[in-house]
Amino acid sequence: MEQFTASIIAKYNYWIYVTLMMIGFYAMIGKRNLVKKLIGMNIFQTAIILMFVSSGVKIGAKIPILDKHKALEHGIGVAGVVNPLPHVLMLTAIVVSVSVTGVALAILLRIYRKYGTLDEDEILEKLGK
Amino acid sequence: MTVPNLHIYVLAAPLLTAFFVNLFGRRSNTVIAILTIGSLTFSSLASLVVMSGILKHGQINYVVGNWQAPYGIELVVDHLSALMLVLISVVALLASMSALKSVSQEVPGREHQLFTLYLILIAGLMGLVLTGDTFNLYVMLEITSITAYGLIAMGKGRAPLASFNYVIMGSVGACFYLLGVGYLYLMTGSLNMADIYQILQTMDGGAAVATAFAFILIGLWIKMAFFPLHGWLPNAYSLAPTGVALIAAPLMTKVTIYLMVRVMFSVFSAEYNFVQHQLAQNIIVWTAAVGIICASAMALAQRDLKRMLSYIIVAEVGYMVGGIWLANETGMTGAILHIVNDALMTLCLFLAVAAIIYRLGSCEFDQLQGIYRKMPITMAAFTVGAFSMIGIPPTAGFFSKWYLLLGGIEAGQWGYVVALLFSSLVNAILFFRIIEIGFFHRDGEPHSHEEAAKAPLSMQIPLMVSAATLIIIGLSSGSLVDAIIKLTIPIGF
Repeated sequence: MEQFTASIIAKYNYWIYVTLMMIGFYAMIGKRNLVKKLIGMNIFQTAIILMFVSSGVKIGAKIPILDKHKALEHGIGVAGVVNPLPHVLMLTAIVVSVSVTGVALAILLRIYRKYGTLDEDEILEKLGK
Repeated sequence: MTVPNLHIYVLAAPLLTAFFVNLFGRRSNTVIAILTIGSLTFSSLASLVVMSGILKHGQINYVVGNWQAPYGIELVVDHLSALMLVLISVVALLASMSALKSVSQEVPGREHQLFTLYLILIAGLMGLVLTGDTFNLYVMLEITSITAYGLIAMGKGRAPLASFNYVIMGSVGACFYLLGVGYLYLMTGSLNMADIYQILQTMDGGAAVATAFAFILIGLWIKMAFFPLHGWLPNAYSLAPTGVALIAAPLMTKVTIYLMVRVMFSVFSAEYNFVQHQLAQNIIVWTAAVGIICASAMALAQRDLKRMLSYIIVAEVGYMVGGIWLANETGMTGAILHIVNDALMTLCLFLAVAAIIYRLGSCEFDQLQGIYRKMPITMAAFTVGAFSMIGIPPTAGFFSKWYLLLGGIEAGQWGYVVALLFSSLVNAILFFRIIEIGFFHRDGEPHSHEEAAKAPLSMQIPLMVSAATLIIIGLSSGSLVDAIIKLTIPIGF
């Protein structure tokens, strides 16, 4: 048990991302309101972004802004700076996630105008008539 | 004639034209037609030149922005991606000719918006087959998906609802893919496909790499609508505007299958896929078999031609995924040949559907009575496409199905073989039912539904070209396999 707790604490960032991801996944599947589904999708995407960003962290490291001349002369102490690549990748992923959300909201607007509701059950009821 | 970096222009042409369509297309549809067809004709010709260059000189690696791989983003054109590039640009060209007419009837006044997205979608698909970087692949995947969400939502009736469902499912798929890439990056420290391949050879990845592999595969399966993750596809494709279905149905699932092949053999190795995960391999082939049978059965229950074809697409995805996971050369040859053939025959059938809808306003089975007398040319081409779907020689569908069957027998996967035969039988029933309705049922009384318009020549020419291509590809499939497809299969299988 102690070992198990220790392993959770040692890699707590991954446990947080998995928990968040499951919350998002539940909202996407379990909720009947379309906006809640969309929010679930956002939580899901954010969880993955957190996973990437946390993987770049090094304890006690500085931000990766370097003096060019110093770096060329003395080299870079890799342990002294955080890994910037996952952060940069996630910048792109955030842009993607924002655009998906934008498109989804526009679609929701059309659904609302057409059916007057955003509840999946009510929409299905209206379609059934 | 050699132009350096011609393959990048193949992608750039539709991408840049998209913005001009949005700017200048508001005034007149002629401008949209000239820009769209012009750029896609250029792409088609250029991709053929790229293809012949690849056949002569082999693979091209292009470094974007002069950042050397593995740090920069690399574009890789090998035999398979060149083949896909030709396929995408030619299918897009034929589809867009017909779509121009169909769109101006179905979504009048918004053509410039639709074709802007349409061209970006095509550019995204081309980017998918060109890229050699796993993260870049994610971005391209989302470019194609986001444009597809918007395009599908332009349809009538329940289309926005179908599109929203696709947004949710598609995002889960893309996120799973991204998660898999994240795991691979944590393990190898690289995003370049060839580089990851090299690093994975030297390390024992264990559970983390296996998780990455599983996440990437499941993500792509959601995107390609592999049974049982296909829930979004039938609604999305049958409710989308016909012009959109024309491009989405032949290309999107097929390109995603190409991506699966790429990930399996360019990032992971054949040995990793098939030797280390033998149980998974069996499960996947069985799932494909069950998927083929279920999707074919559901196709039987449909009373609308477009919906029926959507379910057939789901069954065809099962053919190709199963064929690749048979893990022998014959099966893989069949699957890759089937990517080409299925794209062309789906195109042919959907072009026929577009012409029928243009004329009749709908393609429910009741509407199709006596259709052979009304639209003889369209239906002749439709019959060729249908024969190819069933797998009657000398149409293209027969040859790839033959390879898949032989591969299944060679691998001893009898469930898959039975599923293939069952699905061919169901396809025969499905299409002969339509031929029966269209050819033998006479409509005694004149239709209550008024006819919209006569299908114009610009819808019939691409239809006839695609039907002819099916027969030509069918007759030359031996040389296609020898010249290109044999070279794309990893050595030793």
